Amino acid sequence: MDRFLDQFFNLEVMAKYLPDVAAGFVVTIQLALSVIVTGLTLGLALAVIRAFQIRPVNWLIILFVDLFRALPPLVILIIFYFGLPFIGLTMSAFVISWLVLAFVLASFAEEIYWAGITSVNRGQWEASRSTGLGFTQTLFYVVIPQAIRMTIPPLTNRTIAITKNTALASVVTVEEMLTVAQTSLAYAANTSPLTMAAVGYLLIFFPLTMASRWVESRYAWKR
Amino acid sequence: MLDWEVIKFSFFNADSLREIYPLLLSGWWMTIKLCLAVVPLGFCFGVFLATVHSFRIRGLNVCLVVFVDFFRSIPPLVLLIYVTYGLPFFGWDVPPFAAVLVAFTFNSGSYYGEIVRAGIESIPAGQMEAARSTGLTRVQAMTYVILPQALRNVAPDLTSNTIELIKATSIASVVALPELLRMGRVAQGLVYNATPLMAAAAIYLVMLWPIVRLLSRLERRMMSAR
Amino acid sequence: MAQTTAAPRYVVEAYDIHKSFGDFEALKGVNLTVAPQELVFIIGPSGSGKSTMLRCCNLLEQPSRGVVKITGEEITHRGVDINKVRQRIGMVFQQFNLYPHMSALGNVSLALRKVKKMARSEAEDRAHAALTRVGLDDKAGNHPTELSGGQQQRVAIARAIAMEPDVILFDEPTSALDPELVGSVLEVMRELRESGMTMVVVSHEMRFARDAADRVIFMDGGLVVEEGTPERVFTDARSDRLKAFLTSVTGH
Ligand SMILES: Nc1ncnc2c1ncn2[C@@H]1O[C@H](COP(=O)(O)OP(=O)(O)O)[C@@H](O)[C@H]1O
Ligand SMILES: [Mg+2]
Repeated sequence: MDRFLDQFFNLEVMAKYLPDVAAGFVVTIQLALSVIVTGLTLGLALAVIRAFQIRPVNWLIILFVDLFRALPPLVILIIFYFGLPFIGLTMSAFVISWLVLAFVLASFAEEIYWAGITSVNRGQWEASRSTGLGFTQTLFYVVIPQAIRMTIPPLTNRTIAITKNTALASVVTVEEMLTVAQTSLAYAANTSPLTMAAVGYLLIFFPLTMASRWVESRYAWKR
Repeated sequence: MLDWEVIKFSFFNADSLREIYPLLLSGWWMTIKLCLAVVPLGFCFGVFLATVHSFRIRGLNVCLVVFVDFFRSIPPLVLLIYVTYGLPFFGWDVPPFAAVLVAFTFNSGSYYGEIVRAGIESIPAGQMEAARSTGLTRVQAMTYVILPQALRNVAPDLTSNTIELIKATSIASVVALPELLRMGRVAQGLVYNATPLMAAAAIYLVMLWPIVRLLSRLERRMMSAR
Repeated sequence: MAQTTAAPRYVVEAYDIHKSFGDFEALKGVNLTVAPQELVFIIGPSGSGKSTMLRCCNLLEQPSRGVVKITGEEITHRGVDINKVRQRIGMVFQQFNLYPHMSALGNVSLALRKVKKMARSEAEDRAHAALTRVGLDDKAGNHPTELSGGQQQRVAIARAIAMEPDVILFDEPTSALDPELVGSVLEVMRELRESGMTMVVVSHEMRFARDAADRVIFMDGGLVVEEGTPERVFTDARSDRLKAFLTSVTGH
């Protein structure tokens, strides 16, 4: 037991590496927030564009969305990170991680928004158009407000799941929490920094996961 | 200044592909084996969690919720590294495959568990009562009456979670398990261009794209039915 | 045991049944005895505790206080194998509660196979026989969604009788049915009664009660207020509550 505590919860080691892990924590938060804001916005934009039903544009959107949903995020991340320099594009690992995860989130979000938009009854369109509102007005004032409500639970779950993938950025050496923890683990020959990182992730995601339960019951729909 | 020749050489290099395709195939086979192990394990664990939850033993259910949310809150990569680099400090030699199994069973079991729980809760209470009134035990009623209906109700969510799990197995590459992505990266080091990575991605696409397509139709139909 | 040698006096005995949901007392001390081959009818306004009483008889609700015996054997004991007991108590629900993922035959034969441990062929023979009794053997392969409400309820009755129970509890078996489908279900219940089945029926079908019941029990506010022969209860109501109830259901 002592050995276990010493290995996983060594206070001395923890104190020593706390500042480093804390700095990584901040990077993780920055990355997560950037991904959430860009991903959800881009996803909504794509869904709105898709609602205009312009054939070639729709095909492009579906292709984009399907690719980012079918491929493992880590595979995309690595292709971007190692592949882009070959064509003369250099971006920081942080920017690449941010873009890749934002694209992934946008793709899932687009599908959810789109499912919400198509689920709004035809009668709503007809009623709105019959009062003289245009297509775009109907979309924004009548359809999307109804669609958003039922997309909230799946969107919440998806966003949490994808945001957790910020840990993957460690593979391309972004100095986020997991990277820092692993480096410290190697220096200290002790698992405690990793424990700290795990606690850090729990601090971020445990409340969110609990909140998603609440969201689910609040916006519950009958299956 | 996007030069098609450069792109072709770096990303779609036929010579490189000919050179390294056996590596990719062996990686693909490992990914398949990994999925065949981890999908049933995670699914069964999830059904177990949800079934226990449905018995409504109050103290136990609080523990279950904390357990499930814990594993839904920890990124699988963190869990995997914890298992892989943490346990050897005790002198326990954990083979990568076992570490991956443990990490993913707990992680995906928690997600499967939540889905199955929602499915069970979607079944009217009268079903359980009718089953119990004929003398079926709780476990029998669960097995023959509730679960078959519950699993069918949440089939799209289960499928979607299975895709996520299959994709997540690529994380095992980080702990040097020779699965598809890992072998893609090894091969990339040999030919020094991105073709092996593109080929690995293509293999993932062939496996998963059809299901993704099917699923987005199913999901849209489910939401419209509400 | 002693009871199994002689025919028991009562199939169902429930003494001083209390049931609380939180602070609310749904049953405040109800007694109920049902003799072999008797049809006992329970009437009363909505919320009076009729369903709760019925469900206490097969322990779908655990009574807060009181004793329930089935053919003389106390089942409210700890340590009684309730699943064994429930084989001998059939129940028919207002909402049918058929298993939607199984055919009519599957619905009827499931408990035969899993509780009575019969082989599939034997269980299905028995299930066909039960479906024949309710006039639906031609629908054996149909799923519940392919059946009318009346047919669904008859399959549910077949599910109960296939277990050859000592008593069947009916909780408003016709309340969820369109009026024109009620008759077929009542017809099946009448035949069951003529074949000597012991039955406890909660229902608002007063005509059926008059024709078929041996005894009528009027419940209100978690208590039995009056009980007697149908003749007595319907034509000679003593309490104001029963009079008011009869006026409200018959409409004069
Ligand atoms: N599971 C329950 N939880 C809380 N209250 C209940 C529950 N079941 C029944 N009740 C209450 O007990 C009372 C009697 O219900 P019930 O037996 O269903 O009446 P009836 O069948 O005569 O209409 C009602 O007031 C009802 O609200
Ligand atoms: Mg009732």
